[in-house]
Amino acid sequence: MLEIRTPKTGKAKRVLEKRAPKLVETGRKTLILHGTKTSATVSSVLMELYRLKKGGAIKYSRRNENIRPFESGGETSLEFFSQKTDCSIFVYGSHTKKRPDNLVLGRMYDHQVYDLIEVGIENFKSLLSFSYDKKFAPHEGTKPFICFTGEGFENVPELKHLKEVLTDLFRGEVVDNLNLTGLDRAYVCSAISPTKVFLTHCALKLKRSGTIVPRMELVEVGPSMDLVIRRNRLPNESLMKEAMRTSKDKPKKKEKNVDQDAVRGKIGKIYMPDQKLDEMHLHDKSKGRKRERKESKLLNEETDSKKNKKSSE
Amino acid sequence: METETDQIYHLDVGNLLGFNPNHRFPSAPSSREELVKECLEESRKLVQAIANALFNFTSTETNDGPIVQLPPPTTKLPREKHVPRPKPPTKWEEFALKKGIQKRKKDKVVWDEQTDQFKRRHGYDRVNDDNDVPIIEAKATDEPGEDPFAKRLDEKKKRVGKQQKNRLQNLKAAEKAGALPSHVQLAATSLPISGTKSQPKKIGKDELGDVAGLAATSTASGGKFDKKLPGEKAPKKQGKHHKYLPVVAGRGAVNPEKEQTNNVLSKIFSKHSHEILNVGKAINMYNVKKEKKKSGRSDKSGRSDKSGRSDKLKPKKDITKKPANKAK
Repeated sequence: MLEIRTPKTGKAKRVLEKRAPKLVETGRKTLILHGTKTSATVSSVLMELYRLKKGGAIKYSRRNENIRPFESGGETSLEFFSQKTDCSIFVYGSHTKKRPDNLVLGRMYDHQVYDLIEVGIENFKSLLSFSYDKKFAPHEGTKPFICFTGEGFENVPELKHLKEVLTDLFRGEVVDNLNLTGLDRAYVCSAISPTKVFLTHCALKLKRSGTIVPRMELVEVGPSMDLVIRRNRLPNESLMKEAMRTSKDKPKKKEKNVDQDAVRGKIGKIYMPDQKLDEMHLHDKSKGRKRERKESKLLNEETDSKKNKKSSE
Repeated sequence: METETDQIYHLDVGNLLGFNPNHRFPSAPSSREELVKECLEESRKLVQAIANALFNFTSTETNDGPIVQLPPPTTKLPREKHVPRPKPPTKWEEFALKKGIQKRKKDKVVWDEQTDQFKRRHGYDRVNDDNDVPIIEAKATDEPGEDPFAKRLDEKKKRVGKQQKNRLQNLKAAEKAGALPSHVQLAATSLPISGTKSQPKKIGKDELGDVAGLAATSTASGGKFDKKLPGEKAPKKQGKHHKYLPVVAGRGAVNPEKEQTNNVLSKIFSKHSHEILNVGKAINMYNVKKEKKKSGRSDKSGRSDKSGRSDKLKPKKDITKKPANKAK
């Protein structure tokens, strides 16, 4: 028998309603995970990424041995976590001999894996190693500027994909109103070669200039690393179409030739095709065509002959 | 000047995103610091371009600072969850639409005639409470032995049951359309309670075929004698596809196997054989092998492991066969 289950507390109900799909979406929550083995670089990268995204990220500290993002069976755990924590973008760090200092960035659609991109980390510099004036340190949870430089991001498909994923990762909340005093961080991504991207996190210094617009200056504060593209998996076509669909995409199809009026009501127009009266086929009145005519003719002949006979007699 | 740079850069002010597609980094790597400096400088220009646009918007002053209305973002990013599906109308809603019944807002407090005061509509001490009636007058249609109070309770139970059933039917219809409300779960389904009640992933024909093939090959006879469902096709041949040439030549046809070996030989012996056979490499391999053999024989006494292994790989001499030429 089917049973209707509803949450018993108001808080639970509010949490569930928050997780329901919305028409206009605000940013994604990030899930940060470890793989079977992680090197020092990978664990510090994950830690620092978590700190950068403090408000909207969840970090799991245990090792996950059964998560293999690029294999067909290895995604079930990820999908379960995504459902549990309501996170739709994940960062999975691991370290193997074949793929040292590996980071897999993936996105989810409806808690199913949508797309994946795997990068290797090189030349990692932790945020503790940067020295700067602490006055300019970016605050937690501020909306960052994101800058992409390099023709690689347009020409190379993997870099294009990475650009999209990084935008999603660093974007933060999608808001309508922005406080101009709260602009204090920027992510710098430059495609230094067709396979390498230099990523760093900078604080913003707003200096006085003559105009209303202050002069912006970047000071490197945060972690900086080189990302080397390894593997990627693009979403399949149908899923991509469904995910890219927004509610305003298809304008309502106007019904043609139908008009709605307050006075006249619903009026429709019917267009008649051109009628060529001389070429129109009416029923065939030619002789010999209709059986009835033939028969009636025969009958007439008989009666005529009879009449003639009679008259002759 | 400003408009020129704006045309070259792709700016998405709604996302505070800037993209400069025209910069070319030198392929010959300059020092790391130079590279970093260059990246920062380019990004500074981008940030400046976005800030130019931002600060020129009309801002409203508040206690925290000037607030600016951001334009909607222009980069198209995939959604994280599906677009909420429209809920199908419930049975009552359909009926109301058909009959033209409008919803009327009801007051929480209603005037009670009997006690001449305002009482609440629902809850404790409500208006027209069914249970509070002290005397029920008997009608001509009533049977003598029946308890009217019990009857009233019964009717109430039936009404409540009917309402529950209708609610379940409506929710089932909503679930079918994929539009179950986020806080409701129908217990027969096994998905955990969550805000997003997503449809189970639809498996395509190819995927299903793969999984069926996997299941078949895991049986004892490799899925050969499994009963097939109506419409199920036999699995395509798995593994390597070998094409063997016929050994015996047909009528008039050249012996294909002979042809094949002749082709290989002619290629090796041909004028351009050095392109196919890497003579240098072959000579090296031969020499190395020879040396290994020599070294193996010389320290046979010392290193038993190495020679032991090589002994295993060498074809063993048949002791039963006597040598052809016996030295007399």
